[in-house]
Amino acid sequence: MILEVNNLSFHYHNSPMIFNKVNFSVDNGEVLSILGTNGAGKSTLLNCIANLYKPVSGKILLNGRSMSRMSLREVARVVGYVPQIHTPAYAYTVREFTVMGRTPYIDAFRTPSSADYRIADEALDRMGITHLMNKSYTEISGGERQQVMIARVIAQQPKLILLDEPTAHLDYGNQYRVVQMICQLASEGYALIMTTHNPEHAIILNGKVAILNRRGVLGVGQAAETLSAKTLSELYGLSIKTIYDNDAKRNVCVVC
Amino acid sequence: MKKSDFSKHDLSPAKGKVMSQNNSLRYALKFQGILWMSVILLMVVFALSLVMGQYRVPLEDTFRIVFSKIFTINRTWDNIQQAVVMDLRLPRTIAAVIIGAALALSGATYQSIFKNPMVSPDLLGVSSGACVGAASAILLYGSSIVIQICAFAGGLIAVAITLMIPRLIRNESTTVLVLSGIVISSLMSSIMSIIKFVADTDTQLAEITYWMMGSFAMTTFESMLPVLPTILIPMAVILLMRYRLNVLSLGDNEAKSLGINLRTTRGMFILCSTLITASSVCLSGTIGWVGLVIPHTARMIIGSDNKRMLPIAMIFGGIFMLVIDILCRTITAAELRLGILTGVIGAPFFIFILFRQRRQVQ
Repeated sequence: MILEVNNLSFHYHNSPMIFNKVNFSVDNGEVLSILGTNGAGKSTLLNCIANLYKPVSGKILLNGRSMSRMSLREVARVVGYVPQIHTPAYAYTVREFTVMGRTPYIDAFRTPSSADYRIADEALDRMGITHLMNKSYTEISGGERQQVMIARVIAQQPKLILLDEPTAHLDYGNQYRVVQMICQLASEGYALIMTTHNPEHAIILNGKVAILNRRGVLGVGQAAETLSAKTLSELYGLSIKTIYDNDAKRNVCVVC
Repeated sequence: MKKSDFSKHDLSPAKGKVMSQNNSLRYALKFQGILWMSVILLMVVFALSLVMGQYRVPLEDTFRIVFSKIFTINRTWDNIQQAVVMDLRLPRTIAAVIIGAALALSGATYQSIFKNPMVSPDLLGVSSGACVGAASAILLYGSSIVIQICAFAGGLIAVAITLMIPRLIRNESTTVLVLSGIVISSLMSSIMSIIKFVADTDTQLAEITYWMMGSFAMTTFESMLPVLPTILIPMAVILLMRYRLNVLSLGDNEAKSLGINLRTTRGMFILCSTLITASSVCLSGTIGWVGLVIPHTARMIIGSDNKRMLPIAMIFGGIFMLVIDILCRTITAAELRLGILTGVIGAPFFIFILFRQRRQVQ
C-alpha cells in the first residue's frame, strides 16, 4: 500500500478539531477524491499528507514507512504535490519551472544535470506542451499552467500525487480535461488524491471518495455507492438528485 | 471525448525533441555570449578605472606600473604615479568590483527568498544596523578600524533581532519576518536620529553623514583584507547553492513539498547575505540601489533562472559599481560620494526597467 492513514487528527493551535481519527488508504492506480464544504478542512487534510502540516496525532505510512521518520527529501521522492494555480513572483520559463520538479534528486550544491532536463522535457512532451517550453510561466493561461504543474509533478517521479483543487479557476472544458488527465495518470499506476468542490468530478473518476463533514468525521467509500442523492443533499444543504445518463454512462447531479 | 484527446497536440514527439534541443542550445549560447561580453566589458572598465582620475597617469605607464609587479619592466614613471596607481586606484578598483558583485548577489538572494523583486539587501535591517554601529563608534571617537568592527557588529545584531521576533511570537512565516525587518529598520533609523542629534555638528555629524553615503576613497589593501573572508566565502556558498533559490522563490509550501528544508536553507541564505552586506557596509559605507537595480537588469537580459542570472548579476554589479566610482572621482574636483550617484543614476534606470517590464509587474 502506497499510503495508509491511521487515526489521523489535526487542529490548529487552540482551535477546535478539523478532522478526528481519520482512516483511509490509497494504492497504485487508485484515485481518492476528497469532498467537503468550504472550510471543512479538505486542504488541511491534503497538506498533512503532503508533509506540510504536522498532524496532532495518528500516523501516515508511505510504503509501510512512517512519514514522520522520513526526511523531507525522502518524502518528496514518493509524494508529489500540485498546489492551486498561482502566479510566481518571477517569470521562469515553462522548462525552468518543470525542471524544479527534480529538486529532491539534486544535491544542495548542484544545479540540474542534462539528465534532469531530459526528464523534464519528457514530462512536457508527455503532457503535450513542448511548444510552451520557452514561454514564461507567468504569461500562459490558467489551463496551461495546470498542465505545466502536472508536468512538473511527473518530472518529480513520485508514487503518490496530491492535487489541491486542480479544477479551481479553470473553464468548463479545461476542468473536464484535467479530470481526464487524472484518470489517465491513475491508469498508468500513480496513486492520486485530489480535493474538489464538484461531486461530478468524483463520479467521473469513479474511484474512492472521502467526504469530510463539519464535525471532522471522514466517510470513505467507492464513488458509485457513496455519492447518493441523500449524501450529497445533506453535505451541501441542497436538494440534489442524481440521474443516470445513458450517453455518459454515469450519474449526473442536478440541483432541484 | 476520448482520453487520448488531452495529450493530443500539433507537434509530434520527435519534432518536439529536436525543437527542445535546438532551444536549449540556443539558450546556452546566449548565456555564454552575454557572460563573455560582460566579462570583457568588466575588464575594459577595470582598466579605465586605473587610468581615470584627477592626477594624470598616461595609459601606457599605468599598465607598465601594474605589470611591473609581475614582470621586470624599465622604469619610465615617477614615484607619485606609482603610488597613485598601486596604492590609490588599484585597491579601490578591486574593492568596487567585489562590493558591486557582492551587493548584486545579496540583493538577488533576498529577492528570491522573499519572493519579491522589490526587496533590497537591507530588508532585515542590516544596513541601518551597521549605520547605528558605525555612528556610535564615530560618536565615541573610535578609530577607523573600530568603526569598521562596530558597523559589522551593528548589522549582525540588527538582523539577529529581526530573526528573533518571529520566534518569540511563534509565527515563522515569511510575512512576519519581513514585517519585523521593517520594524527593526525604522527602530534603527530612530536611534540614528538620536545619535545625529547628540553628535558634534562640526566634526562628528559631518563624518557620520559622509560615512552613510558610501565611498571607496579611503580603501586600501590593509582595510580590505580583514573583510575579504566574510565577503568571499558567503558569496561562494550562495553561488554554489543558487539553484535552491529558484525553489525557495516558489513559496514556502512548494519548496517544502519539493524536499527543501525551509528553515536551514533559508537561514543559510540569510546568514550569507547578511555577512556580505554587513562586510561591504563596513568597507565602503552604505551604498543603495545596487542590490535592487542590478538583479533586475540581469533578469531582464538573461531571464529569472538563478542558475544563469546570479553570475551575470555579479558581473553587472561589478561593472556598475566601477562606472559609478569612476564618475565620482572625475565629474568634479572634489570627490562625490557613491550614494549620490547610485541614486541619481539608479533611480531613473530603475524606472526605465519598470517601463520595459510594465506588462509583467502586477
